Amino acid sequence: MSRIRNHARAAAALVLAAALAVGCSSGGGSSSAPAAATGSQDSVDAALKAGGEITYWSWTPSAKDQVAAFQKEYPNVKVNYVNAGTNKDEYTKLQNAIKAGSGAPDVAQIEYYALPQFALTDSLVDLNSYGFGSFEKDYSASTWAQVKNGNGVYGLPQDSGPMALFYNKEVFGKYGIAVPKTWAEYVDAAKKLHTADPTKYITADTGDAGFTLSMIWQAGGHPFSVDGRNVKINFGDEGTKKWTSVWNQLVEGKLLSPIAGWSDDWFRALGDGTIATLPTGAWMPGNFISSVPGGSGKWAVAPMPTYDGQKAVTAENGGSAQSVVKQSKNPALAAAFVRWLNHGGGVQPFIKSGGFPSTTADLSSPAFVDEALPYFGGQKVNQVLTQASKDVAPGWIYLPFQTYANSIYSDTVGKAYLANTGLDAGLAGWQQALVDYGNQQGFTVSAG
Amino acid sequence: MALYLLYTLVPLVWLIINATKTQPALFSTSGLSFGDSFALFDNIGKTFGYNDGIFFRWLGNTLLYVVVGAGGATILATAAGYGLAKYRFPGRRGVFAVVLGAVAVPPTALAVPTFLMFSKLGLTNTPLAVIIPSLISPFGLYLIWVYAADAIPDELLEAARIDGAGELRIFLTVTLRQLVPGIITVTLFTMVQTWNNYFLPLIMLSEPKWYPLTVGLNQWSAQANGAGAQPIFNLVLTGSLLTIIPLVVAFLLMQRFWQSGLSAGSVKQ
Repeated sequence: MSRIRNHARAAAALVLAAALAVGCSSGGGSSSAPAAATGSQDSVDAALKAGGEITYWSWTPSAKDQVAAFQKEYPNVKVNYVNAGTNKDEYTKLQNAIKAGSGAPDVAQIEYYALPQFALTDSLVDLNSYGFGSFEKDYSASTWAQVKNGNGVYGLPQDSGPMALFYNKEVFGKYGIAVPKTWAEYVDAAKKLHTADPTKYITADTGDAGFTLSMIWQAGGHPFSVDGRNVKINFGDEGTKKWTSVWNQLVEGKLLSPIAGWSDDWFRALGDGTIATLPTGAWMPGNFISSVPGGSGKWAVAPMPTYDGQKAVTAENGGSAQSVVKQSKNPALAAAFVRWLNHGGGVQPFIKSGGFPSTTADLSSPAFVDEALPYFGGQKVNQVLTQASKDVAPGWIYLPFQTYANSIYSDTVGKAYLANTGLDAGLAGWQQALVDYGNQQGFTVSAG
Repeated sequence: MALYLLYTLVPLVWLIINATKTQPALFSTSGLSFGDSFALFDNIGKTFGYNDGIFFRWLGNTLLYVVVGAGGATILATAAGYGLAKYRFPGRRGVFAVVLGAVAVPPTALAVPTFLMFSKLGLTNTPLAVIIPSLISPFGLYLIWVYAADAIPDELLEAARIDGAGELRIFLTVTLRQLVPGIITVTLFTMVQTWNNYFLPLIMLSEPKWYPLTVGLNQWSAQANGAGAQPIFNLVLTGSLLTIIPLVVAFLLMQRFWQSGLSAGSVKQ
């Protein structure tokens, strides 16, 4: 472990230097007017000097090293790192602790899709009160948009997942398939591959709420609009229809592998060519390298196929921020830790662990962008992925009860996958269930 | 019958076979064949070593929750069930109705309200948060009640009273012996329930150091998901296998009593 710690220390020093350099070079500040409730970072700096104790909930693999590096730098601050569970397990606990009024951590990792619901229930600290709104220019537009809610900034982005198309070069070569530029070509490739070898599929999708929403996002859909407690849900909009018209062909044609994502089967299928492509977030390379040794040298990355084959456009899939929980007894210190994690020494250990950053400095640093990865046959995959982070379609929002929405996805849309029928009816069912639920929860929800 | 056997045994066989594989072998071989190397002992070593030996701690936690929780539940259910079966007192019918109602309520539905209540008491994220709810077993109480009503003739109690024994002494020396099959049944039942308890500790505990095996293994399993995934399927499988061994042993040891307990009162003698 000491090797890792040394790495982290060296990295921390590097980042500090880089942060200083960035700080010096970006004197201008951003043009967008920050929210009214802007504080300054002085109170944060003071809290860091004074020291104290905070609790941090996170499940990322790099959290342990980050906390260790932070404690080294600030020995007077004690960070109790707790892995309280992965995504929805953590949110359940967080929600309960907030409801109970005690037991919540000071800092929590929250994925972008779940942020609005915690922000809306006034459970998180608006970081504008510590002047963090001025960090906007340091993050990619698509991640910053996801930590903002109204004028408030409810976390600092850590990882992001602009989508790209990962594809198995070996399989493509063997069956003479060209890298699809459009979704129509993608469907053709799916047919060609499965006809040539019935054991092989273009991709695996058994129905995943996050993936579905990202695909609708990429197609230009805006099924959710939220204004305070007024919510509109419309899975009949043009973007949604665009996506289902493509994906229905794969679902109804039984062209999707029935292997569940993240299962042992799935990892195996990625290694042996059973699953030929994966349209997914930019955080995937790390997973390939650590968990799919059999695919080494076979995979490559291309931009996401589009609908018109003209302008590159993509969406975010996954990714999370760190937020300060309102219940914190020492919010300034908690904010200091968040600032260090995602705007300081914590960024490099995160990148080292295979994460895909949200910080523009790293997304444009030659060392990161031009790195040739042996796993991908020496391809400079980050060139594709960093470009993708610039091509994310703007204006997407999640529901203020997204974690619930995702939990009932399999009861509605998921059924269409099982029955190999069109997804539109399932989406309509999902919409109805969400309208009912939202209204019960005190929102004013309308369909369409 | 053969189908039923197949249905129940195949998952177990699958688990045993796959617990002997390394992580790469899991990804490269079919589910019901052995891998190229027999890695069971290596896996067991890794399971106990991973995350600074947290598995061992989880095992200890589970044992603590089972011994104190299920043990306490058995004692309470036995005493209360016997009391309700053999003593006449006002409100007995009311108690009966409440207990029967409680059997029907799924414990999962009570988890969140219980959490909020315990939070007020400052007990969340402590072992007590798991143990206290485990102490209450309406089903166990009901079972002992029914069993005691049949197994302990009133004449026996009257004879003991005429001999001058106090009520507590009767319970400890006469009744308990008569109730052994029922008690074993309830012990087994509450033990399995506590051992496999998942949702309550998941809600109550935020720190891994207090997790029982069920929640801990699930967290290991969740490591295979999403960005920065670190799948350790081989350890999850081996851990699951280790988790069910004590239950299997307990069942085999107590089976005789279990069967005689189940058939009690089914035949008029």
